[in-house]
Amino acid sequence: MVSTFFTNYEEVASCILFVIGMMNLLLQPNLIKKIIGLDIMDCSVYLFLAAKGYIEGRHAPIYVDGVTDAVNYINPVPSGLVLTGIVVSVSVSALMMALTINLYREYSTLNLDEIMMKLRQEETEKLGRLTYGAVEDEE
Amino acid sequence: MTLVQNFPFFCIILSMFSAIISFVLSGRQAKIVHLAMTGLVFVMSLFVLQYTYMTGSSYTYMMGHYPAPWGNEIRIGALESLMAAAFSLIMLLSVIGGIYHIDKDIDKERQGLFFIQLDLLLASLLALIYTNDLFTAYVFIEICTIAACGLIMARKIGRVYVSAVRYMVMSLIGSGLFLIGLSLLYAITGQLLMSPARIALQKIADTGQYEVPMAVIMVLLTVGLGIKSGLYPFHTWIPDAYGYSTTSASAILSSLVSKGYIFLLIKLIVRVLPYKSIPGAQMENILFLFGVVGMIIGSVDAIKDKNIRRMISYSSVAQIGYIYMGIGLGNNAGADAALFHVISHGLMKSLLFLAATGLIDCSGGRLDRKGLTGAGYRNKVAGVGFTIGSLSMIGMPLLAGFVSKFMFASAATSAPIYKMIIAWTALAISTVLNAVYFMRMVLVIYTPVGAVKASRLKRGAQTDIEIKPESGEKAAMLQKGPLENIGIIGISALIIMLGTYSQVIIDIIRNGFALFD
Repeated sequence: MVSTFFTNYEEVASCILFVIGMMNLLLQPNLIKKIIGLDIMDCSVYLFLAAKGYIEGRHAPIYVDGVTDAVNYINPVPSGLVLTGIVVSVSVSALMMALTINLYREYSTLNLDEIMMKLRQEETEKLGRLTYGAVEDEE
Repeated sequence: MTLVQNFPFFCIILSMFSAIISFVLSGRQAKIVHLAMTGLVFVMSLFVLQYTYMTGSSYTYMMGHYPAPWGNEIRIGALESLMAAAFSLIMLLSVIGGIYHIDKDIDKERQGLFFIQLDLLLASLLALIYTNDLFTAYVFIEICTIAACGLIMARKIGRVYVSAVRYMVMSLIGSGLFLIGLSLLYAITGQLLMSPARIALQKIADTGQYEVPMAVIMVLLTVGLGIKSGLYPFHTWIPDAYGYSTTSASAILSSLVSKGYIFLLIKLIVRVLPYKSIPGAQMENILFLFGVVGMIIGSVDAIKDKNIRRMISYSSVAQIGYIYMGIGLGNNAGADAALFHVISHGLMKSLLFLAATGLIDCSGGRLDRKGLTGAGYRNKVAGVGFTIGSLSMIGMPLLAGFVSKFMFASAATSAPIYKMIIAWTALAISTVLNAVYFMRMVLVIYTPVGAVKASRLKRGAQTDIEIKPESGEKAAMLQKGPLENIGIIGISALIIMLGTYSQVIIDIIRNGFALFD
């Protein structure tokens, strides 16, 4: 059992990183740390894919010197998937950062819990105003 | 190959292309391009539906001249084209039904961007429906998430940014789980196309090896898509995301975006994952359990909430519970019912959001029950629309909601006995709870408030007279013509049609689902 962990250490590392990233994304109140968690989570998947695609002792699948036999090359598909995945995760983190900037401008804090607290305050005030308006109506 | 067979590909490319050209167009032009494109996609999907239904077969469409194991492909059958037609029609009507609110809620210079998001959303939904490749599915899931987030935050108020962040966090966890599940699947099968992957998985399952990795893959893919579609324990982002965005966005998010993921999940369950071969995984029972709990809890939350839009959002949680319950029944009839409910709930929920906005507008922007008293008299079309939507949600005969509830109940008869009892009990309880909050709302909007107050409310909403702190900003929106009413009337008519002529749709779903394997 333990030896399996040692031979597949890339996969084990990527699983640990995935959980670390996911927990950060889920539980960190700080928005920037959330984004870092997201990036760790995505990168762990790319590590996993890259490790799966690598075959000991073979070369990158780039056609040089007229060697056409597939036996000489590693599996190119996971690398392609990693590239596509990187593009996706870059755009997602950019979107998250844009959201963070907007939230910071609005509430001048990066802490999501504090933002929620301010929001609840705002809403209670608004509700108070509304009830006040309704009372006025009934007079 | 006939011309019609190319149409699904045209639909995807057309919607992506209109997103690209909309970047250089003004908001108004982008709107026209979007409406024309959605209409065209609907018409083309109808042609494809007619073709696939008549020939009674499905086909795969090769993308980029590379054959199966290397190239990318889409698969077209009656079920897929029905979903594409339904999705594009619902999107068209939802945008028309909220068209003045888009003008009102979103800044002039950002309206073009809003329609770009809608174009991209349609493209990704169509791709999710048609794709036969798992990694393409992942990429379009992310595009769908980004576009949906753009729709949520189109309205520039602080509240929606918080909703968007919460939506993004949950969605990203969902897609992260989906991605790692996908990588594991690729690692043990070496395939990304659905049909070869299924064969490989079946082979592995037959040898009895890799039981743990297979169970992990199933859990990861199912939970990932479950989080993104708002399955019960992961539903916390729903009321925020649907409750505060502009009305078309709410209608489209609740009726289409989550349904795209559900359709993909059904596709994965039927066409890729060997659900039946791994007895230890119990995925179906877990989905069934979560679905049933969601049906009850969602309705209870809806009863507790005073805000009408949040109430409708919580009812989405319950309705998505219905769909997962149907999937969890584990037989074909259950899946048919779930697929029918995808369409009928899509129609009902967009109608409810549009009609609720109509009611809110004529009440000076009030969202609570007290403020909405008598709103059905002030905006007659919205009142009737809301009533039809509510009755359909409760399951009144002749409306679409009744047919889906009936299908769920009859599908439960062929399931194991304990599931049948649980499903029937949950359906009964959930129907009563639905009736409690929807009928309460319908009664409220048809309670007269007295002539003087009604005229004051109406005037306050329609002109610039300040009678409430809220009325000033809301006043400008009501120089509206009949277009929004067309959206509401159109969807109401579709719900009645779906309720009365349901057999045609059920036939298409059954035949299409039989071809799915």
